Amino acid sequence: MAKIDESKTLKPTKSERREKFTNLSDIEMKPLYTPEDIKGFNYDMDLGEPGKYPFTRGAYPNMYRGRLWTMRQFAGFGSADQTNKRYKFLLEHGTTGLSVAFSLHTIYGYEADDDKALGEVGKEGVSIDTLKDMETLFSGIDLSKISTSMTINAPAAILLAMYIVTAEKQGHSPDKLRGTIQNDILKEYIAQKSWIFPPEPSMRLIIDTIEYCAKNVPQWYTISISGYHIREAGSTAVQELAFTLADGFAYVEAAMERGLNVDDFAPRLSFFFNSHNNFFEEVCKYRAARRIWAKRLKNKYGAKKTESMRLRFHTQTAGVSLSAQEPENNIARVTIQGLAAVLGGTQSLHTNSFDEALCLPTEKAVKIALRTQQIIAHESGVADTVDPLAGSYYVEWLTNKMEEEAEAYFEKIEELGGVIPAIKANFFQKEIAKASYKYQREIESKDRIFVGVNDYQLREPCATPLLKIDENIAKEQIEYLQLLRNSRNNEKVHEILKKLEEAARGTENLMPYIVDAVREYASIGEIMASLKEVFGTYVEDSIF
Amino acid sequence: MAEQRIIKVLVCKPGLDGHDRGAKVLARALRDAGMEVIYTGLHQTPSDIVSTIIQEDPDAVMLSMLSGAHNALCPVIMEQLKENGIDDVLVGVGGIIPDEDKHFLEKHGLKGFHGPGTELKTIVEFVKNNLKR
Repeated sequence: MAKIDESKTLKPTKSERREKFTNLSDIEMKPLYTPEDIKGFNYDMDLGEPGKYPFTRGAYPNMYRGRLWTMRQFAGFGSADQTNKRYKFLLEHGTTGLSVAFSLHTIYGYEADDDKALGEVGKEGVSIDTLKDMETLFSGIDLSKISTSMTINAPAAILLAMYIVTAEKQGHSPDKLRGTIQNDILKEYIAQKSWIFPPEPSMRLIIDTIEYCAKNVPQWYTISISGYHIREAGSTAVQELAFTLADGFAYVEAAMERGLNVDDFAPRLSFFFNSHNNFFEEVCKYRAARRIWAKRLKNKYGAKKTESMRLRFHTQTAGVSLSAQEPENNIARVTIQGLAAVLGGTQSLHTNSFDEALCLPTEKAVKIALRTQQIIAHESGVADTVDPLAGSYYVEWLTNKMEEEAEAYFEKIEELGGVIPAIKANFFQKEIAKASYKYQREIESKDRIFVGVNDYQLREPCATPLLKIDENIAKEQIEYLQLLRNSRNNEKVHEILKKLEEAARGTENLMPYIVDAVREYASIGEIMASLKEVFGTYVEDSIF
Repeated sequence: MAEQRIIKVLVCKPGLDGHDRGAKVLARALRDAGMEVIYTGLHQTPSDIVSTIIQEDPDAVMLSMLSGAHNALCPVIMEQLKENGIDDVLVGVGGIIPDEDKHFLEKHGLKGFHGPGTELKTIVEFVKNNLKR
C-alpha cells in the first residue's frame, strides 16, 4: 500500500497557490465572501422575484420549470441543399430551434461569382444568393412551427425579406413567423467587422426593420444585440457586458428619435451573450445584464410595460476557449460553459462542438454538443428550481461588482459622445485589442493554465476527423445563380431596384421595397449594390 | 560594429474573414520583439496585398486565415508576387489550416502554418529564422 505523507496532506496551510486570484475581467477574488461583502443588500430592490423588476433572478417567474430553454445549434455550410439536410438531422435529434450560419459572401452582400467571394463560398456557412436558395434551405420545414435565428447583420433586411417570402410561398402569413435576425451593426464596427455601410445609414436600415416588424411581423425579434463577438475578439466579461448594453441603449435611443414609442419596440429586442470559462463570472454577468437593462429602460427611457424592461438572451459557449490540441477536452469546457448559461437564466443556447477549433462541426461532434444540453436539462437537476445561486454572498457581490464596472464604462462612452463617436475614435477596438493581448500573455507566462495547450501537453498530436467543404460547391452555386439570372423577369428586377435606390435617397422605410425586390429574385449582391450607390461603404482604421 | 537591421513585417487578413484577434495579437508581439509592423486591416484581396508588398517592401508577410479560403487565395498571392519579380520575401500563413492542406501550400512557397494555441515567441522565432534576405 502506498504510504501517505500526512505532514503534507493534512496540515492546514496559510500559503496559497497563487499570489493573487483574478477572474477573466481582472477582478480580484477574496478567499471568502461573507455578509460583510453585501452590506445594504435589499432583496426586493436588488433581486426581486423572478419575472419581475429588476429581473436579476430571471426573465420569467417559473423559468425552466415551465419551458426549457431553446436548444438552438448554429449551423450552415456548403449549399442550401446540404444545410437543409443538416437541419433535418438536428431536428430529428431533438433540436428545438434553427439557427442559420451564412457564407461570408452572403454576410458581406456579394454574389457567389463576385471577385471578393473567391475561396469563401460555403466555407463558413451556407451560401445564399437569392430567394431560390432560401426556398431550398427551408424546404420541408414548416416555418409557422419553428423559430429561426439568422446570424446576419449588414444585409439583415434582405435575408429577413427572403424569409418572409419563403414563408409566404409555404402559405404562412408574416404574423405567424417567429425568430430573430442579428441585425446588430454596432458590434460589427466594434468586433466582428462584417460592416458594409457607414454607421448612420446602417442605423437607418435597422430602425426600418424594427418599424416594419412592429407592424407586420409582430412575433419577430428584430435585433439580437450581441456581446458574443465582442468577447470572441478578446474583450473581458465586463467589457462584453458594458459594450453590449451600451449598444442596446444606442438602438433604443435611435428608435425613439424616429418617433417610435419605447413600449412598442423594446419587447422585441433581444440579446446574445458569450459563455466563457470562469463559471461564476459568467453567471453574474447575465444577472447583472438583466438588472442594468431593466433599470435603464424604466428610469431613463420611461418604459411602462414589464416586457420592455425584461432582458432576454441567447447564449453560445466560447469558441475562443476551445483548443485544437486534444479536442475531446472541449466537451468538458462546453459542459461547464453551458451550465453557467443555464444557471444565468438563458432563453436559448448553442453549445459548441468539440472539433470547432479545427473545422465546422461533423455530425458526431454536433450531436454530442446537443446531447450536452439535454443532459444539463434532464439529468443535472439545475433546471428544476429558479436561480438556485441567488443569495450566495459571492454571487451577489460579484453581480454588484460587474454592474458597477459596467456603469463606469457607460460613463466613459458618454464622455466620448456616445457609441458611434466612440467607435470612430477606436475606443472599443483599442480596449479589446489591449485585453486580448493581455490574456494571450497570461497564457504564455502560464499565469493562466490552458489544459493541453500550455500545460499537460501531449507529445503526439491526436488525429481528429474533419468536416471538409467540397470545393465544387462554389462552381455549382455560380452556375445555379447564372441560370436564375437568365430565367427571371430582368426588366422587372431592374425597375424595382431603381425604385429601391430612389427610396434610399429619401427617408421612407425601405423594407417594402426590399421585399418586392427579393420576390422577383433580385440577388443579395444587386440589392446591396443599389444601396451602396446611396449609402457608400465604411472604411476601418487598421489599428492593433 | 554592424548595425542591427530592423525586420519589417506586413501582417495581413486576406479574404472576407473578420476574425482579426490573432492578427492583432501577433502584430503586437512582433512589434514588442523589436520589428517594424504594418497591419493591412481587413478584407484584402490578393491584389491588394501584393500592391502593399510592392509599396512597403517588407522582409516578411504573415497571412492570418480562419475562413477556409487559404487554398484559393494563397497561391494567387504567390503567383502575383512571382509575376512582379518578388522572390525574397518570406510569406507565412497561419490560423486554421488543416494538416492535409499544408503540403499543397508548401508547394506554392508558403511556410509557417501556425495554428491555435501556438506561442507567440514561436512565431517571432519563425520570422527571424526564415527570412530570405
